[in-house]
Amino acid sequence: MINIIWLLMLVCAMAAAIRQGDIGLFTDGVLRGASQAVELAFSLVGVMMLWMGLLALLEQSGLLRRLAGLLSPLLGRLFPELPPGSPALQCIALNFCANLLGLGNAATPFGLKAMGELQKLNPRPDTASNSMITLLLLNTSAVTLLPTTIIALRSAAGAADPADIVPCCVLASLGGMLVGLIVHAVIRRC
Amino acid sequence: MALADWAIPLVLVLVPLYAMLHRVEVYSVFCRGAAEGLQVLLQILPGLLGMLMAVEALRCSGAMDMLAAWLGPLLEDLGIPAEVLPLALIRSFSGSGALGYTAGLIGEFGADSFIGRLAAVMQGSTDTTFYVLAVYFGSVGVVRYRHAVAAGLLADLAAFLCAFWLTVLVWG
Repeated sequence: MINIIWLLMLVCAMAAAIRQGDIGLFTDGVLRGASQAVELAFSLVGVMMLWMGLLALLEQSGLLRRLAGLLSPLLGRLFPELPPGSPALQCIALNFCANLLGLGNAATPFGLKAMGELQKLNPRPDTASNSMITLLLLNTSAVTLLPTTIIALRSAAGAADPADIVPCCVLASLGGMLVGLIVHAVIRRC
Repeated sequence: MALADWAIPLVLVLVPLYAMLHRVEVYSVFCRGAAEGLQVLLQILPGLLGMLMAVEALRCSGAMDMLAAWLGPLLEDLGIPAEVLPLALIRSFSGSGALGYTAGLIGEFGADSFIGRLAAVMQGSTDTTFYVLAVYFGSVGVVRYRHAVAAGLLADLAAFLCAFWLTVLVWG
């Protein structure tokens, strides 16, 4: 899908440049975009490394694990098939916490471990179980208190307060998650 | 906002302090994490480049203005700026592509503009649904997704509408 979209963007740009009667506009755009990407990456690198360093401390110190302990009773309600304190639920809580802190790299290993635990309980191994879909929805809606990349991006672009969009991001994520979970709950009962 | 001013300094001091009390080698662990940050950046750079060059080509050639002129009246009734439409289309398929597009919009309109903010909130309110699907289900060999795709995409749509509505409410 992304292949088609990308190609379509390039073809449309070229068609528009031809229509304007100056194919050079297309070339200018492509070359400018390429150097913009590298400039942007360089302006992000410091902030990004700083947060990833801090998050490594969160993980190593066990703070992340404690946060997960606080959240697991709440998360248990979303996974009625799982007994409280099961290894699957523990991994899910760690995954959710890592996401909450914007720790995508740590979230994925926890999430995949949780998937493995859920697969052990899955009666049909080729088909997604209800719990698996719930876990997936928790991950795609990405509720995060520290969207580090976007904050870095906004601060590089000279925003007065780069983090002022965070409450809106959190609420919009929660809105998306709620709709996803409602759709899931309705369909699984049918 | 005094609280917001204090949040980052407090986190940056309290977390290492807590880690130190739990006998973590704070400096080396911090540096190892920072190195990981560098890797993340290298991972997203190719996608960023691919998308930004396509976006800039669209912008420079005038295609973006034409698209906005065509779709503008349609979305105008809802009050949604046409410029964010491509972002909504890309977001569920490519994380780095969407990030590149968001960066393009922020660069063009400014970080504190309505469109710049809307793009940032849209970018920050969902994850790349198809990527997560492929990685998570792929890892355990699940091939029948049932209604996971439908629920995931509806969640994305809801998140975008929430993002728009909230951005209007706070900065509109």
